[in-house]
Amino acid sequence: MQRGLLASTMVGVLCAVVGCYVVLRGMAFLGDALAHGILPGVAIAYLVDGNLMIGALAAALAVAVGIGFVSRQGTIKEDTAIGILFAAAMSLGVVLISSIRSYAVDLTHILFGNVLGVSDADLVLTAVLGGAVLLTIFLLYKPFLVISFDAVLAATLRLPAERLRYLMLILLALTIVVSLQTVGVGLVAAMLVTPGAAAYLLVRRLPAMMAVAAVIGAASSVAGLFLSYYLNVASGAAIVLVATFIFLLAFLFAPGRGVIWQRLRHGSDH
Amino acid sequence: MTSQLPAHLDIDRVSLAYGSREVLSDVSFQVPEGTRLAVVGPNGAGKSSLFKALVGLLPVRSGEIRIHGVPFGAHRDCVAYIPQREEVDWRFPVTVLDVVMMGRYGRLGWLRRPNQQDRQVVARCLRQVGMDDYARRPIGELSGGQQQRVFLARALAQEPHILLMDEPFTGVDAMTQEIVHSLLDDLQRLRVTVMISTHDLGMASRRFNQVLLLNRRLIACGTPAEVFTPQTLGEAFGGQVMILPGGAVLADECCPPPEIDVAVPSSLESTVDRER
Repeated sequence: MQRGLLASTMVGVLCAVVGCYVVLRGMAFLGDALAHGILPGVAIAYLVDGNLMIGALAAALAVAVGIGFVSRQGTIKEDTAIGILFAAAMSLGVVLISSIRSYAVDLTHILFGNVLGVSDADLVLTAVLGGAVLLTIFLLYKPFLVISFDAVLAATLRLPAERLRYLMLILLALTIVVSLQTVGVGLVAAMLVTPGAAAYLLVRRLPAMMAVAAVIGAASSVAGLFLSYYLNVASGAAIVLVATFIFLLAFLFAPGRGVIWQRLRHGSDH
Repeated sequence: MTSQLPAHLDIDRVSLAYGSREVLSDVSFQVPEGTRLAVVGPNGAGKSSLFKALVGLLPVRSGEIRIHGVPFGAHRDCVAYIPQREEVDWRFPVTVLDVVMMGRYGRLGWLRRPNQQDRQVVARCLRQVGMDDYARRPIGELSGGQQQRVFLARALAQEPHILLMDEPFTGVDAMTQEIVHSLLDDLQRLRVTVMISTHDLGMASRRFNQVLLLNRRLIACGTPAEVFTPQTLGEAFGGQVMILPGGAVLADECCPPPEIDVAVPSSLESTVDRER
């Protein structure tokens, strides 16, 4: 339980910070696709008795490159390419896993996470990879901000925008792979998007948005895990539901941007 | 703005294309330092494409762009560009101060944090455009003219040798227009080269010392008197132009008009804008 708590808090913070860029750059669908795309990688790693995380990472990168390749010519739109490749990768993963009957339980774990099964080695790997991702985002704050906000300025400043975009994809893939254990491929997209979206409603600057999202991510992880423990329900789903609840609160009550606030302001105009 | 060599811009037989569609062919001209140059021409003439090439957004198909006599690309930060409004994500969570500070990023590099001097430059540029009271406001909450001024402040914070502005007078309030004009005077004193694309031929002839007339190729380049002749204007705009006594010009280049635009002789210096 303690290891699970530590792991899911780390994943909650990591997903929330990376998720701010996912929200702002409109990469939610891509994040979901990458998460599902890792399934065949995990399956193959099982079959050859290799490291699951490395298999997952390889598959995520392959899907990311594949999406870029299919949509490059411009004849196929990017979201279409994402839709095709993510369903294909997911199906390939299910086929591979279902061919080995004894791994049926593991499929559920991959899809929805198994936070109580976190080992010490998993914990260390999560900390190292997550720390590396967060450090990269912190150090490259300025270039990432510029390519996200104003591509024209990025060109004027001679930033290698294409390479920075690929780096962002790699960071996203790493984040998803690290999150496997706690929320699973089915729900990682929610952990990426929901805290960032809630934070966007609450604050007005990117660093503040990242900080608030991190707090929301951590809080939902802890609260969700406790809820799942006492109510005896799936942990990943409980975490996501708590995050969604926080988002709904922000959506309704956020100063300035919340629904209630706007209703009130609108009402006072008359 | 010290210790900078003002820019001498040299465009040598440059052609630009999107894919196989050529938008500007075989253009050559030179811009001496400190020039205030208006780029005019009908819609689709290649004005924006020229600017995009000058900041490196659009690769040059053939020919060469030289700045200070050095091939383009060797300079990191000496060209500043004020984009058209549609090119920016206005919902992004950044404040006015954040946006103007981005103008310093070229000097700061990837890792260094802004120091006292950067903050002073940013504060000064915000004062210059009259936006210092809005420093902490989110960029998305400002009016169009205010946003335009913030981007002008960011371009100033870059301390550029060449400043490019794409349609800065389209759809902005009178106050913003005045601020832009007075800044142009300041910049000329600092010998910064300014290139502005505009549809306002009257303003181009009144307030600029050089005019570049484009229509997918170079039609004319020189002083307003040299460029705005019936012949060159006819060549650039086709039938949709009218020269008034006194040299003022009327052009209507809105999506194919049925007939020649009607002149209003009483306002000799006004022009018909593309908009509306």
